[in-house]
Amino acid sequence: MKAAEFYYERPASVAEALALLADEERDATPLAGGQSLMPMMNFRLAQPGTLVDLSALEDLRGITLSDGMLRIGAMTRYVELVRSGAVAEHAPLLAMALPHIAHAAVRNRGTIGGSVALADPAAEMPALLLALDAQITVQSAEATTTHGAKDFFLGMYETALKEGELVSEIAIPVAAPNDRFAFYELARRHGDYAMAGVAVARRDNAHRVAFFSISDRALRAFDAEEVLDKGGSVIDAVAALAELPYSGDLNAAIPTKKHLSGVVLTRALEAL
Amino acid sequence: MTDTQTISVTVNGETASAAVPVRQNLVDFLRNTLGLTGSHVGCEHGVCGACTLEVDGAMVRGCLMLAVQADGATVTTIEGYGDRASALRAAFIDRNALQCGYCTPGMLASALEYVEGGGGADRAAIREHLSGNYCRCTGYQSIVDAVCDVIEGEGS
Repeated sequence: MKAAEFYYERPASVAEALALLADEERDATPLAGGQSLMPMMNFRLAQPGTLVDLSALEDLRGITLSDGMLRIGAMTRYVELVRSGAVAEHAPLLAMALPHIAHAAVRNRGTIGGSVALADPAAEMPALLLALDAQITVQSAEATTTHGAKDFFLGMYETALKEGELVSEIAIPVAAPNDRFAFYELARRHGDYAMAGVAVARRDNAHRVAFFSISDRALRAFDAEEVLDKGGSVIDAVAALAELPYSGDLNAAIPTKKHLSGVVLTRALEAL
Repeated sequence: MTDTQTISVTVNGETASAAVPVRQNLVDFLRNTLGLTGSHVGCEHGVCGACTLEVDGAMVRGCLMLAVQADGATVTTIEGYGDRASALRAAFIDRNALQCGYCTPGMLASALEYVEGGGGADRAAIREHLSGNYCRCTGYQSIVDAVCDVIEGEGS
């Protein structure tokens, strides 16, 4: 239960961090908040050659508003999102979900960028970003690229992030007065990983329904979205979940995941 | 290969400098190098909360932070809360909010964060805040009682 050996670097600039990550001989892994990576290292599921601690990179922190987007630096900690008036006002879906993301002591360290880069299928943040049509900016030593959330989460712990790249910013379109959001998850203990969960957004009568903890990745339920866009019922929307690529986990097998996805969607839509 | 780095940390008001293996977590450093065995180690993967302690004014999991990450930081452990936690300590005793005591240092840390953060005597909110700390003895009821007592200004 102790991490294997590694080298540790705490670069003072993003450029320096990217140079370390680009050095193939180092087999480097970024360390953001460490609230998922450290357990994985303690279990020896992750054995990086070098840990590149991003905690000194102030350029990657902060919450700003520009061009109709709420821009959140990747190293912004969850606790900062919890305390942010801008998040509460412009990204109410995040504000709804934050109390369910781990526990207070973990939110004090964990970062939004770390969660996005790891893409744990049971994590809330990837699904929230899918529901919000967020943009994810990544930097490498050569270039800066922006991905739509819908093209970013590809599989279990798999994203569009390439070797040597860092997530630098998450941008969320600000909520309009008539937008409606709902979030619901079922967890055995408040703050633990959910057995199933969903984030729902309705903007200009277009619905986004994004699930987590029911498959190998966070995913949108396009069929259910279409039902809701056409004014269909909750029962029809739940029926449209049948073809999702479910997978089981330690908590629950596929039939349970299927059932719970309908439960969380029903409860979220009742609250929308 | 053992990568070692020298760190300087202020722990419970005293500055400590030491060479630490970079793979060593903060709570192991506090316990094994500084002899501060009040912070307990349970699961070592951030689930149980037994190692919860304060770094730069925020309660964190001591097992999910490397000692080397605490270089330049101010750390407070159960040995150092002093008067800040005296009301909680008394209420924990009055309410029998600890039995074996293994979870108590972390539980007290989380409760202290809630009380100092201005949390109300709302049992659901207290439970939510303490949800990251396992207790295998008390059933939590008496712990929530103790936190409520402190907020409502009751007890000794």
